[in-house]
Amino acid sequence: MAVKSTIRVGTGSGFSDDRFEPARDLAERGGVDYLVFECLAERTIARETLTRLKDPDRGYTPYLIERFQAVLPACRRNGVRIVTNMGAANPIGAARAVRREAKALGLGDVAVAVVTGDDVTEIVRANPQLRLMESGEPVEALLPRMASANAYLGADVIRDALATGAPVVMTGRVADPSLFLGTMLHGLGWSYDDYPKLAVGTLAGHLMECAAQLTGGCFIDPGKKDAEDAVNIGFPYADVAQDGGLVLGKLTDSGGRLDVQTCSEQILYEMHDPASYITPDCVLDVTGVEFDQEDRHRVRAVGARAKPRTPSYKVVVGYHDGYIGEGEVGYAGPNALARAKLAEHIVRERLRLRGYTFPEIRVDYIGMSSLHGMTDDRPEPYEVRMRFAARSPDRKAAQAVGFEVRTLHVNGPAGGGGGTHALREVLGVKSILVPRELVQPRVSVEGSS
Amino acid sequence: MSVTVYELGHARAGDKGNTSNVSVIAYDEKAWQILREQLTVERVMHAYSHIAKGPITRYELPKLRALNFVIENALGGGVTVSLAQDAHGKSLSYVMLGIELAGSPGEPAAPR
Repeated sequence: MAVKSTIRVGTGSGFSDDRFEPARDLAERGGVDYLVFECLAERTIARETLTRLKDPDRGYTPYLIERFQAVLPACRRNGVRIVTNMGAANPIGAARAVRREAKALGLGDVAVAVVTGDDVTEIVRANPQLRLMESGEPVEALLPRMASANAYLGADVIRDALATGAPVVMTGRVADPSLFLGTMLHGLGWSYDDYPKLAVGTLAGHLMECAAQLTGGCFIDPGKKDAEDAVNIGFPYADVAQDGGLVLGKLTDSGGRLDVQTCSEQILYEMHDPASYITPDCVLDVTGVEFDQEDRHRVRAVGARAKPRTPSYKVVVGYHDGYIGEGEVGYAGPNALARAKLAEHIVRERLRLRGYTFPEIRVDYIGMSSLHGMTDDRPEPYEVRMRFAARSPDRKAAQAVGFEVRTLHVNGPAGGGGGTHALREVLGVKSILVPRELVQPRVSVEGSS
Repeated sequence: MSVTVYELGHARAGDKGNTSNVSVIAYDEKAWQILREQLTVERVMHAYSHIAKGPITRYELPKLRALNFVIENALGGGVTVSLAQDAHGKSLSYVMLGIELAGSPGEPAAPR
């Protein structure tokens, strides 16, 4: 493919359950060259690995087919290439599913480049001495409970996958900004050692990876910070020039807003030290970044810097961590809080009398303390909902929590309504650093490109 | 005279493991002076003391007129294992915005 002087890269989704229309709009009339769909939260791969064990054809993101149905026709018509980590724990299975769907949509044989090598389960098993970033302890203790281990791959493998010419690139775990940077390495011909450029592309990816969070999502506070048409917030795109110019934009008829304020919030999102944001590609420094409003829907960003990448890949290890049981019941009107507190006491005592103990119990009074904790000066609300949650390695103990809350239905304090209960299996995640030379990212192609 | 952080700036919370980071971005230069001077680690730790164990690290970004607070041990063990309803701590930015400082939104705080 010929290298261009400027490319436009759009965001197709910011998480696995994101809206469908904004990506379709960008594919149809956004003039984008690439659409990048980020769909993997930290523990998603662990969850999907378990799905794949039950059904070898699955283990990719649940909305895969719906997303491709929404955008693939327009992407094929307009020559928009798709890069996505929707493959989760089964990128090859996802690629095959996309190809089947493309045929069903009448789009013919659509080749899909598949990135693998992020699954490093066997490498972690063979290196039990590797230390957890959280505690410094060896990963060895987690191995018997390990469900998955995936390295955050970098932009170089995305570049290589795009070089196959396939219209779609399907991956498992790749660092979110790298999905975007890879399109720039390929489309603008940037060198993987040109750090000033890697800084620009990584900044662009970091700003765009959460989609609407750059364009008015997680921002609006009515009367204080408003935006137009909060119902139809558009997703962002970036115009990236070969010389490193970066302008972020959104469709002029989309809702939300894109300005210095929204960009300033998102640049610090999930960032710790702003002078060293570590990705597989570089160590980004945003302390010199400035935003400048070009017009109502476009913001220019300058000043990103980067230091050389580290010698390791970050790996997230997913592991089985027991069960969480919970139950809720609501009270309203006179003495509501006292009735909710009695409900808590009853559940706590019933669980104790039945011989269950828990390493951790959490009780919330929803309406008072469930989000910001309890302080002495909280006003008593008209309605309050008691939520009782506990963790246990023992499934039966966790199940008993919801059961005892449910029995309040006929045995509990007066006027308790709207009870719910749940039991879920917990997949914890911890991180390790794995030396680069142990990890081998690979590209293969499903179909002919 | 007192002023809340809510009147001076806007904020967003993010998560990584058991750590929450909360940014505060000043609406204007005057607000930035108040935030930069008064919104200290101690002030923030006090506001989050019933939620987070800390420690807290504070970063200044003068070009964005922003502060970034990295609050450790804030998310009930981490998103995936937390018993909290808001396991990501998305609502924690509004603890920051509720903090009261000396001064008024229209003028910088008097020198202490």
